[in-house]
Amino acid sequence: MEEYKKIKEARRKWEEKTVDKVISRFPERKEIFVTGSDIPVDRAYSPESFDEERWLDEVGFPGEYPFTRGVQPTMYRGRFWTMRQYAGFGTAEESNRRYKYLLEQGQTGLSVAFDLPTQIGYDSDDAMSVGEVGKVGVAIDTLKDMEILFEGIPLDKVSTSMTINAPASVLLAMYIVVGEKQGVSRDQLRGTIQNDILKEYIARGTYIFPPEPSMRLITNIFEFCSKEVPKWNTISISGYHIREAGSTAVQEVAFTIADGMEYVKTAVRAGLDVDQFADRLSFFFNAHNDLLEEVAKYRAARRIWATLMKEKFLAKSSKSMMLRFHTQTGGSTLTAQQPDNNIVRVAIQTLAAVLGGTQSLHTNSRDEALALPTEDSVRIALRTQQIVAHESGVANTVDPLAGSYYVEALTSRIYNEAMDYIEKIEEMGGMVKAIEKGYIQKEIQDAAYRYQKDVEKGDRIVVGVNKFTIKEEAPRDLLKVDPALRDLQVKKLARTKAERDNEAVKKALKALEDAAAKPDVNLMPLIIDAVREYASLGEICNILREVYGEYKESIVL
Amino acid sequence: MSKRKLRILIAKPGLDGHDRGAKYVARALKDEGYEVIYTGIRQTPESIVRTALQEDVDFVGLSLLSGAHNELFPRIVDLLRENDAADIIVFGGGVIPEEDIPFLKEKGVRAVFTPGTPIQEIVDFIESKRDERNQ
Repeated sequence: MEEYKKIKEARRKWEEKTVDKVISRFPERKEIFVTGSDIPVDRAYSPESFDEERWLDEVGFPGEYPFTRGVQPTMYRGRFWTMRQYAGFGTAEESNRRYKYLLEQGQTGLSVAFDLPTQIGYDSDDAMSVGEVGKVGVAIDTLKDMEILFEGIPLDKVSTSMTINAPASVLLAMYIVVGEKQGVSRDQLRGTIQNDILKEYIARGTYIFPPEPSMRLITNIFEFCSKEVPKWNTISISGYHIREAGSTAVQEVAFTIADGMEYVKTAVRAGLDVDQFADRLSFFFNAHNDLLEEVAKYRAARRIWATLMKEKFLAKSSKSMMLRFHTQTGGSTLTAQQPDNNIVRVAIQTLAAVLGGTQSLHTNSRDEALALPTEDSVRIALRTQQIVAHESGVANTVDPLAGSYYVEALTSRIYNEAMDYIEKIEEMGGMVKAIEKGYIQKEIQDAAYRYQKDVEKGDRIVVGVNKFTIKEEAPRDLLKVDPALRDLQVKKLARTKAERDNEAVKKALKALEDAAAKPDVNLMPLIIDAVREYASLGEICNILREVYGEYKESIVL
Repeated sequence: MSKRKLRILIAKPGLDGHDRGAKYVARALKDEGYEVIYTGIRQTPESIVRTALQEDVDFVGLSLLSGAHNELFPRIVDLLRENDAADIIVFGGGVIPEEDIPFLKEKGVRAVFTPGTPIQEIVDFIESKRDERNQ
């Protein structure tokens, strides 16, 4: 305490004598400095900006509550993060080739991108699918496509992450059946389904059903997997898209964790014990350019989740309190102008994720503001992770920025501000209510609007966009998805439908329809039966659409 | 004579949910004094054209980031023409490769604004077409 007093006094003197003298002759670049998310930043931080008495409660040691410093005691000294590039386009055959290429290049896990019709539960031959088949990911209509997608990839050897939400149960069912056909039992399957519908309503847009039945499907998956597929991450609660939609770092943490709380509450209400499913919940965050703010963000997020799981949901297992997360570098930070500059941005963001203790990482490719990435660009992105892992030295010690006065002060600040938001959302009656009111969407839009206005005014510099611009040739060698692909996929679907046992499909779909109307039945086994008979994704989702109806967006401007 | 308020529909055809750009443009144009209507995401070409006619707009601004622009933008221009509304000016934006722009213009999309475009460029475009709309 005496020490702090002395430091405070020294700081006052420094400001009065040294700083003021310099500033009067050489003013600083700006009146106020802020982080990428508008948090004010001091000139210099010193010990009194962080109360060391709180160190043990709020920071502590890696692998121990409240996990501020990481979920494992040794972190990357034991094993590096999983390098997992999100990929998929065109047909299952093409995507299968890209996966094999990535595995050959030293990637350690798969991450499947589905096209938008698949993500919204439409078959390739649906009128809604025009123009979209195979564009942003691989098209999956039936189990047939899924068999081709993983052909020659042993499912007991890789872990697979699937970005699928509204129809997550259907794609998980297909993955389970592909495993069966390869002779891999359910308890050997490792991977993640995104399965986070709340952020679809908020920011990402691939919802199908209204909140209530959607939450039921999610809870069914939690319950089913806790018994049958115990190594599966049943949800990836995602702040990534919230941030992409323009939120601040604080909002990213707050809204993601508030979503997480809603899932926990729903599952507990359905009769599940919190420690039965909470250790399989995982998270997904963004990595933006403000390096130290991002590091603080991950640290704050871990502490908030641990605190809430322990104190609010009374979890007993420490595994239930650990916030494990995947990171993707920020798509919205990439510029179409001077695209090679994006390699540097991604390198900074990679450092942020690693210094923040991520469990897995996708690095974006330089050309993704223009199109899907080419193979060359994807390789550079993967190499960026490998350079950080093997050459930068930052993985040699756990949480190397702990004790930085600035990072600790930012961590506390983000923790407090996010907790305020979480409290406010709780007062509104939880996340579903807050979304239905449009509150969350409005908060994000306001932040996005402020940010863009700052860029327009030149208050925020984006290199190559509003400063340091050059005349450029249109970029060449972009990846193009063949527009004839839809016909190909439609023909394949027709063939599968002709070859399958249509009586068995009808029976399975009828059983699913009956069960869907009964709230206490777990739908997973019925969905597995249906996909095994090659019922299509669209057929299954249409059955559920009839029972549950569809969600309508509440437009807030 | 005070200037007539031009009416603009900002619409998202296709299935992608990336509405940050569309919402920014809608709000920024509103701040510039235009009447702006925003459709929300996942609109079919048919429903966009229906809204454009009902709302009697001068411009339709399309935003798409999934890569389906070559299929969907021309479809909307065609549908407007079929509904005797070829005079409504269509422009677009989103992740659209440079090399697709000549094709889209040939199909009747009057301007394409790619990522990083200052809002003033869109305003200038709209104002340059004011006379055409007042005829």
